[in-house]
Amino acid sequence: MKKRQKRLALVLGVVAGLSVATALVLNAFRDTMVFFVTPSEVMAMSDMPERKFRIGGLVEDGSVERDQESTNVMFRVTDTAKSVTVTYEGILPNLFREGQGVVAEGHIDSDGVFRADKVLARHDEEYMPAEAQEAIERAGHPTDIDKGY
Amino acid sequence: MTYRRIRWLKFTAPANFYALVQRLAPWLWAGAAVLAVAGLYTGFFVAPPDYQQGNSYRIMFIHVPTAWMGMFLYLLMAVYAVIYLVWRIKMADIMARSLAPTGALMTLLALWTGALWGAPTWGTFWVWDARLTSTLILLFLFLGYIALHAAVDDREKGGRAASLLALIGAVNVPIIYFSVEWWHTLHQGMSITLTQAPTMAPSMFTALLLMTGACWLYSAAVTLRRAQAEALERESDSQWVTEAVQREHALRQPAAPAVRAVEPRGAISKEGDS
Repeated sequence: MKKRQKRLALVLGVVAGLSVATALVLNAFRDTMVFFVTPSEVMAMSDMPERKFRIGGLVEDGSVERDQESTNVMFRVTDTAKSVTVTYEGILPNLFREGQGVVAEGHIDSDGVFRADKVLARHDEEYMPAEAQEAIERAGHPTDIDKGY
Repeated sequence: MTYRRIRWLKFTAPANFYALVQRLAPWLWAGAAVLAVAGLYTGFFVAPPDYQQGNSYRIMFIHVPTAWMGMFLYLLMAVYAVIYLVWRIKMADIMARSLAPTGALMTLLALWTGALWGAPTWGTFWVWDARLTSTLILLFLFLGYIALHAAVDDREKGGRAASLLALIGAVNVPIIYFSVEWWHTLHQGMSITLTQAPTMAPSMFTALLLMTGACWLYSAAVTLRRAQAEALERESDSQWVTEAVQREHALRQPAAPAVRAVEPRGAISKEGDS
């Protein structure tokens, strides 16, 4: 009987310890766990990352400009608070359209334009609005975001 | 209350468990088949095409139930692992071990169908976002559990080691589930929040529920059958196995001369009365 209780305590201890450790690790790696950053988060960065990163949000309504001669396209990615201009050369996914969720991978040039090497559509239907709303909420708290831009 | 407790604990005895599954399994198989046919019919012929994705969204009728099932089966496996680690009930280890292959299959199906859906929708089969990566880890945990259990010759030691792995890996399940809320992911957020899901047509939702039911019953049937087989194997020296095998044999070949009955030596319990 005593042995069994000891084992139970041990199991509970393992679970508790592991949960705390995992929470700490995930919290420490919070910045690298995200698949993309929002335009507001980009604006809040004090200096632009050298390496490639991904930016995500909605394709701003009326912002898509396609070049007639090539596959060059320019559009703005917005989280409804801030937006970033993105240029891309290549085939866009079928679901790409204005007002739709999008994730672009690339880097920011010195002129502040995001040059994308890859553009992924983000399926939203009912979820992307929630995400946008989340971004609005976050942008609505300027103390958190507008550190330097 | 006490009565119920005793009746449930009865099935920790492999002989009683075997008899229970003998009676239960056909119903589970039949239920799974009926729900799958109804679900696939509703999903492919009744539910309308999506306004943006057209027909490719129908992959979710396989993807969502299998993804749920994979996570649920892992949690169930972890619960049995804890029961085995603490109380050393043999049937708990048998159940955990029987759940693992089905859990791995469900997770693999979820990843595979997800890739097939991702290609036309996102424009890529795979990305290393939090949801997809943690689900891949779930698959590896299932496979690791199976491998670890099989790698140790001593069943009890192997069972204990694998159970510990199952327990440790359980921390991954909430990460999978909440990944879409905690971090920005390419994978969209949760769809089934019953309070506010008017954008999903009722027929789509019905198909999803039917397929989920089919997945549950299929998983229950195949897992219990696997556990039955393992119980037979582990207990192959015991009297109830001999009796069960003879009973099955007699049922299958009613015309053949009776198999030589091994006379029970000593007092035999009357489990598995049908």
